[in-house]
Amino acid sequence: MPAILDARGLCKRFGAVTAANEVSAAIEKDTVVGLIGTNGAGKTTFINMITGYLKPERGAIEYEGRDITALPPREITRLGICRSFQIPQLYGSLSVWENMMVGIGIVLANAGQGGFFARGRIWDTRPVPGYGRPAAEVAEHILERFGLADYRHRNAQVLPGGVRKLLDIALTMVAKPRLLLLDEPTSGVSAQEKFGIMQMVLEAVRAEGATVLFVEHDMEVVSRFAQRVLAFYDGRIIADAAPEVALADPEVRRHVVGRARAAHA
Amino acid sequence: MVLVALLTGGLFLPQWAMFIVTIAFAKALVALGLMILLRAGLISFGQALYYCLGAYAAGALGRFLGIADIFVQMLAGAAAAGIAAFILGFLLAKYRGIFFGLLSLALSMILYGLLVKNETLGSTDGFNILPSTLFGTRPGPAWVRYAVLASAAVVSLGLALVVHRYLRTPLGRLAPAIKDNEIRVEYMGASARYAVHVIYVVAAVLAGVGGALAATTVGHIDPDMAFWTTSGEFIFITILAGTGSVVAPFAGALIYEIIHTTAYDLSPNTWQLSLGAALLIIIVFLPQGLWSLVSKMSTRYARHP
Amino acid sequence: MDGTIYSAWLFTAALGLTLIYGVMKIVNVTHGSFYALGAYAGASLTGAWLAAGYPPMLSYVVLLVAAVLVAIVVAPLIERGILRFMYAKDEVVILLITYALFLILEDVIKLIWGVNPYFIAEPYALLGSFEVGGLAYPTYNLILVLLALVSGVGLMWLLHSTRVGKLLVAVIHDPEVSRAMGINVHRYYLATFTFGSLLAALAGAFTAPTVSVVPGLGVEIIVLSFAVVVIGGLGSLPGAALGAVIVGVVRSVSVHYWPAVELFVIYFVMAMVLAFRPRGLFSLAEPRKI
Repeated sequence: MPAILDARGLCKRFGAVTAANEVSAAIEKDTVVGLIGTNGAGKTTFINMITGYLKPERGAIEYEGRDITALPPREITRLGICRSFQIPQLYGSLSVWENMMVGIGIVLANAGQGGFFARGRIWDTRPVPGYGRPAAEVAEHILERFGLADYRHRNAQVLPGGVRKLLDIALTMVAKPRLLLLDEPTSGVSAQEKFGIMQMVLEAVRAEGATVLFVEHDMEVVSRFAQRVLAFYDGRIIADAAPEVALADPEVRRHVVGRARAAHA
Repeated sequence: MVLVALLTGGLFLPQWAMFIVTIAFAKALVALGLMILLRAGLISFGQALYYCLGAYAAGALGRFLGIADIFVQMLAGAAAAGIAAFILGFLLAKYRGIFFGLLSLALSMILYGLLVKNETLGSTDGFNILPSTLFGTRPGPAWVRYAVLASAAVVSLGLALVVHRYLRTPLGRLAPAIKDNEIRVEYMGASARYAVHVIYVVAAVLAGVGGALAATTVGHIDPDMAFWTTSGEFIFITILAGTGSVVAPFAGALIYEIIHTTAYDLSPNTWQLSLGAALLIIIVFLPQGLWSLVSKMSTRYARHP
Repeated sequence: MDGTIYSAWLFTAALGLTLIYGVMKIVNVTHGSFYALGAYAGASLTGAWLAAGYPPMLSYVVLLVAAVLVAIVVAPLIERGILRFMYAKDEVVILLITYALFLILEDVIKLIWGVNPYFIAEPYALLGSFEVGGLAYPTYNLILVLLALVSGVGLMWLLHSTRVGKLLVAVIHDPEVSRAMGINVHRYYLATFTFGSLLAALAGAFTAPTVSVVPGLGVEIIVLSFAVVVIGGLGSLPGAALGAVIVGVVRSVSVHYWPAVELFVIYFVMAMVLAFRPRGLFSLAEPRKI
């Protein structure tokens, strides 16, 4: 299978802390990959480098055969890499529906469809690139998929935590990403709900054909949903294998799984 | 239809009222610009820069080239302000919050500092504007005010429609998103800086037209048009009106001018006091401005017709 | 010499502004009102003092008393009465609120003192003059320099060498944690606002003998103070000193060599500093966002 993303020898330091030390990984198309590791192990730094928020000091990131190491976040997004956030980043004063519409507007504008002189009614008739349907239908479709349809008129600011999390992920879908990075999609969600939410999110995302990287602390969620696991420790990848192999690795057990259990106990 | 109503209504106004309404149009255009900036969370304490620039561009046309046509003046005001804002926008589009406000303040004070010491442009006294002409004709004394008012109404309506349409484009819808969460905007593939730059130039063009209009209405311009208190006045109108609709700044400016004229005549020494108190009350109790009252009433009406 | 005097005067006027921003994160437009109030109170009290035939040498003390009166009467009124309800709001909104208060105070001043100018030249003339390089300077100017030095050094001492000052530094650093540790943050805000306003009133009161006290004093000083504070870095005390010196030097150089750009250069420097070091010359690093 061809690699959609190829990171080679990424290094990044913050003062005395090494957040990434020769991190290399190739992600195959249409896979679901889990990133595990304790806090500060380098997972979010890895995501931040892929999405352009941080620039690696050394190394290169190739996406669909193209070097994206030096690009700013918005251009990386335009190429089809989207991300969600550990703390949901929403438009707090707008309703759920308007949150979606802002996103769809950006997609339309980036495709040259939303200019001032664009004829006709932009929002009702223009097909949204990637979906081929008008804005309202696309928003409706995504909200349905994420179980958010009932919240459409609520302000993003006053939504319950779990719903905010879902909207944060739903917002990434308007751009129809080919590579989606989920930063702790189930953090702040109760243990009983985790599986259901993860199931819904992955189904929605996979239905649109996105390759997924997700950061997760719950090893049961990881072993159930990931096809492959990258285990981070001290800025390095200490294991890269199928979940059952990676989670059984002695080094991973010592540095990651053991601590995760201890933290949950 | 609005235009016809405005134009015929204007015919019956007494001369002094025509003056007030025209000035209200001029200030409303500036406030309209501040409104679209405010939607993106930006407050400019230096919009007087473009107001003054527009006025001096219009004045310079008459002083050095002998041109006094209202529309040419407004065009010159728009061009001067637009070009300046396009250049300064590369700098300002990076700034948010307090720093955007302070930098725009500094820039308008720079223009003020230049004008007060410039002899050619009349230094602190400024200079008088030639009587307005309209398409090469000079309206009779009884008709000058009406001609200016009518031109102001036509131009304002046109610009308001343009802004109204802009607010519905993706770029226009992006403004509140930039205010709420710029990080997300970038991660959705849009450039907040570009959007802010565009908004900044549009706001400046509106202020430039407003300045040219004020210049030709008053017949005199001076550097105080760039002073920070002038910017404060525009901010007042914008906050008073709210960001709900393109009509709001016009209503706000008209209310402001009427109160200004009456209150100033009644009691010149407590005029600012009432302004300050009103501003305080609006910020605390009506953060969405007076227009939020209108939209609340109209939704209620829609529910119980 | 002119530059030194001008810088000293600016420094006293701007010091309180940067203090209040540093502690409370308020860009305080009413600072200009306190300057004007200080000038009016100083002018009228000193005028009354001299008219009553009391010893003129003590008029300096009267100026000081006038400033203190203004600060302890008006500042708590504003902070307790209005500002404390606004701390949750956005920085820019609080700026607008202080602007509204500034408008109100402008007219309050006119209602109390009328619109005619006040002159009290006696304290200015009383001390005679001294010569530097063949040019005569009124000795009174030294008082302005002294005032600036005392305010600046005094404030630094308060912040770094007293218990109250050290606690205040903690409040600046993190109001939430300070509150959790049992520090009464509100009391510190009140004290800061009053003290900052006192500095403005002092600058106003001691300027009163050198100018005619007219409406609009506050309007002029507040933009200049903004320039000083922004150049140095909002909230930084050494920054205010540096900003005052830069503005003072730049202005006196331009007055001597190119008077046409006197005002222009001040705001040009302000814009340049904002353009290249937006947080001022003495600035702290910005925190990470995600």
